[in-house]
Amino acid sequence: MTAFWILAPIMVLAALGMLFIRKAVHAAMLLAVVMLSLSVLYLVLNAPFLFATQIIVYTGAILMLFLFVLMLVGVDASDSVVETIKGQRFMAIIAGLLLGSIFVIGLGQISLGPVVGLDAANANGNIPALADILFSPYVFTFEVTSALLITAAVGAMVLAHRERLEPKPTQASLAAQRVRDYADSGKHLGPLPTPGVFARHNAVDTPALLPDGRASEASVSRVLAARGTVRSAPAMADDIAEIEQQIAGAHHAGREASTPASTEEEAPA
Amino acid sequence: MTPYIVLSSILFTIGSVGVLTRRNAIVVFMMVELMLNASNLSLVAFANQNGNLDGQVAAFFVMVVAAAEVVVGLAIIMTIFRTRRSASVDDASLLKY
Repeated sequence: MTAFWILAPIMVLAALGMLFIRKAVHAAMLLAVVMLSLSVLYLVLNAPFLFATQIIVYTGAILMLFLFVLMLVGVDASDSVVETIKGQRFMAIIAGLLLGSIFVIGLGQISLGPVVGLDAANANGNIPALADILFSPYVFTFEVTSALLITAAVGAMVLAHRERLEPKPTQASLAAQRVRDYADSGKHLGPLPTPGVFARHNAVDTPALLPDGRASEASVSRVLAARGTVRSAPAMADDIAEIEQQIAGAHHAGREASTPASTEEEAPA
Repeated sequence: MTPYIVLSSILFTIGSVGVLTRRNAIVVFMMVELMLNASNLSLVAFANQNGNLDGQVAAFFVMVVAAAEVVVGLAIIMTIFRTRRSASVDDASLLKY
């Protein structure tokens, strides 16, 4: 019972938090708290198979599905506070209180007797015992469940499917479009410059430097630029004069050294 | 034994109030999951009380149905969001008029 008295307040608080919290992602996290606490309670109630299933199916699969859809829909899609039906929230709370009091009164009426416990039923292990029940009296239900799962999978595919309205662009049409763009607006034909070209770092957030030392905005992702995490190119290029001097010096020295070689090569031609 | 049933009924009540009050369709769906979990808890608790495993099998079937329901429900929410750019249950009132 210790696990119950520790987990029950946590579960009730998390469920109440789901009721009042604004952001849907936080509600999903609180639901994860409830589900994980529930799995521990299953373990206490002699249901080790359901303990694992609860964690794998509910917390692992269903909750992740919720989070995926939340990310697709947009995490900032928060609840509106405006009531469309007048007094609906008040009525809902009254209905909830009524439902809760019905439960409490009903539970006060019953007497459950001593707890039998599952030690006899789980004598050969919980999972073999569950399998015996699942595949003898409930085998038809089990088969119908497979039909349900197939229907759900097909239904999700039908709902998520979108017909392509225009043909998929081919390599040839993309190339033709690129040349047309060049003719119309003078857009560069080739690929965009990669980040870090001519700069001293090749990280994705370092813009490429143009020959005159300016940063090329086309070389960094628009997302990084919008977030403002692009490194400043001038900071990377502050010693460009010094490097130019070095290059000029090396070039000068190199030309003197290579002059005889080039004349030799040119001589036979 | 009774504390488990009380906890289950509290969670179920919170879930039902949440379904009635929340506006975001995904949060409404989470509340439905909370109600299913609460009923699962009472099923498992009664299995322990009565000493047979039928309750656990029923809870297992509830989990399977919940998984199928979530897949279809979230696909519907995605479809509605794609056409109307909103996941609020109040915006989908086209059948009203």
